[in-house]
Amino acid sequence: MNRVPLYIAGVTVAAILGGCEHPPIESVQDGFRGTGMDQMINPRSDAVRAAKNVVPEPLPAASADGPLASAVYQNVQVLNDLSVGQFTRVMLAMSQWVAPADQSCNYCHGGNMASDDKYQKVVARRMLQMVRHLNTDWKSHVGTTGVTCYTCHRGNAVPQYVWFENPGESKARGLAAGNDNYFSSVGTAGSTSLPYDPYTSYLLGDSKIRVIGDSALPAGPSVSLQRTELTYSLMVNISTALGVNCDYCHNTRSFAAWDAGTPQRVTAYYGIRMARDLNNDYLKPLTPVFPEHRLGLKGDVAKVSCQTCHQGVFKPLYGESMLKDYPELAGKPATPPEAPPVASLGPATQGAAPN
Amino acid sequence: MAEYQNIFTRIQIRGPAYLGTPLPQGSWDRTGKGFFIYWAGRFGDAQIGPIYLGTLGVLSLLFGFIAFEIIGLNMLASVDWSPKEFLRQLPWLALEPPAPGNGLHFPRLQEGGWWLMAGFFLTSSLLLWWLRMYRRARALGMGTHVAWAFMSAIWLYLVLGIIRPVLMGSFGEAVPFGIFPHLDWTAAFSIRYGNLYYNPFHCLSIAFLYGSALLFAMHGGTILACSRFGGERELEQILNRGTASERAALFWRWTMGFNATMESIHRWAWWFAVLCPLTGGIGMLLTGTVVDNWYLWAVKHHVAPLYPQVFAPVVDPATLPGALK
Repeated sequence: MNRVPLYIAGVTVAAILGGCEHPPIESVQDGFRGTGMDQMINPRSDAVRAAKNVVPEPLPAASADGPLASAVYQNVQVLNDLSVGQFTRVMLAMSQWVAPADQSCNYCHGGNMASDDKYQKVVARRMLQMVRHLNTDWKSHVGTTGVTCYTCHRGNAVPQYVWFENPGESKARGLAAGNDNYFSSVGTAGSTSLPYDPYTSYLLGDSKIRVIGDSALPAGPSVSLQRTELTYSLMVNISTALGVNCDYCHNTRSFAAWDAGTPQRVTAYYGIRMARDLNNDYLKPLTPVFPEHRLGLKGDVAKVSCQTCHQGVFKPLYGESMLKDYPELAGKPATPPEAPPVASLGPATQGAAPN
Repeated sequence: MAEYQNIFTRIQIRGPAYLGTPLPQGSWDRTGKGFFIYWAGRFGDAQIGPIYLGTLGVLSLLFGFIAFEIIGLNMLASVDWSPKEFLRQLPWLALEPPAPGNGLHFPRLQEGGWWLMAGFFLTSSLLLWWLRMYRRARALGMGTHVAWAFMSAIWLYLVLGIIRPVLMGSFGEAVPFGIFPHLDWTAAFSIRYGNLYYNPFHCLSIAFLYGSALLFAMHGGTILACSRFGGERELEQILNRGTASERAALFWRWTMGFNATMESIHRWAWWFAVLCPLTGGIGMLLTGTVVDNWYLWAVKHHVAPLYPQVFAPVVDPATLPGALK
């Protein structure tokens, strides 16, 4: 008997199914029945992710009593409200969270601890200001969970997931130039071929993200499909960064309608503005501080996106707060912490997690 | 019994290749003398060729080849002429239409001019092939049903590629060439216009699409099931209703109370197939030109159902006082 067709059929089926995740996939319904609001969970890839997002053991707590670090050490500009014990503890934590293992304190400090000679120290100071800014002024996104250096760095001197402008040089030349703006093999928009740089427009610039008309009939100039694809690229990027589907935030019957979506969408709204704020006010100004090998092809500084903190999880480190163990990083804002600007923020930040 | 339950044709009869009816004066010759492929015979007729290309066929293939080359070479250029990268990234590669700001002007080649040229040659190729189908049907003394069904698909293609972009005043509204790019475009299109599933003509198109598949399965199943009574000789059954026809008709009357006839089932199938792209094209044509947000349109006209609020209610943060941009 001729087995050729069987082999061909077998290879074809394998080729078609080769890219699929194998079942079972769990689904959890979180919306009204029939609306398709379900969170999909692959327990196997979830287990891999969970193992990568474990909070390290906190260092023993330090007393707030005793002399201030700024009174004992020189050139303490940011953590000047901490006791020597607290200050030393933060330094130790940073050496474990950020500095390469073989360099520890020496990564930022030379012989003179007070000196600002090393660029790493100048950057670290600005990053400490950034962390306190986040934990104080961006409660609309980070809630009371807050962030620490570890949320992004995870033991790396440079966080694993950062972005630079223009990930590659244009390949096409002459009469074919300008034809490679779209295709994407860099993965910033998942496996789609949507525009590969959603960052510059939305997480550095403040281009309008909303593209869907807000009236049934046409009114005013139409937003182009290319703009739509750029927004779509950002949304796929967020979806990948958080390891969630579109319907974690949106009801897909109407992506635009706020009353149909989930409270998580509000958190995400502030998250986008937060990333933009950090990139413009904290990272971009550091550009001249960094040596050339830390900069991108266009000489721009490494910047943050959702992925930088989230690393594939709907809440960084599965929502486990490290800030509660490191109150030193919460800072002491001049005024008492403000209530989140939206009354409904509670469910957004505390909202039902998919798992 | 098992003889009649096969998905492949089991018996192939071989004679000399049939070369077709004599061609009218002034026609091109047919190409090839005809040959047989066993595996083609398992699915259809084992005889391949001779083929009649004619002026229209040759021109159509030539124009199609030019379009194919423009698209392919642009894609190859975008990966720096690397065959390896071309294969690896092929699903992502694209030839994009001009930027939205270009309007309806003919842009420079690298800014969408290639796209317009590829579109022109592909459209010409399709229309020439359509004309060829029409002429070949006429030459055989047939009706032109197949050509008009093909025209329905061409209509949808023209709406997407030229008619709607012209109405919208921008070639940038048209579909890019590319495997994933055109799929991403489709998804972006639906999102931009507030969910195409609330477009009633999209609904109709889907109904005809699924309906076509259903009718095809019902008809194919019925005929195969009657093949032991000669049901597959449909023309004979149309002319002289035999036991195959009677059984098929009875089967559907028993199961659903109503049946097509040996002839009318093909009329149903043709209309379902033709109406799928026809209504789809109307739906696309209305999108952006007449309706901007199909979801809101459906809410306005009480088409979209209202669901109970399940999640904690939220407000658009951008509408709050002092909101961040």
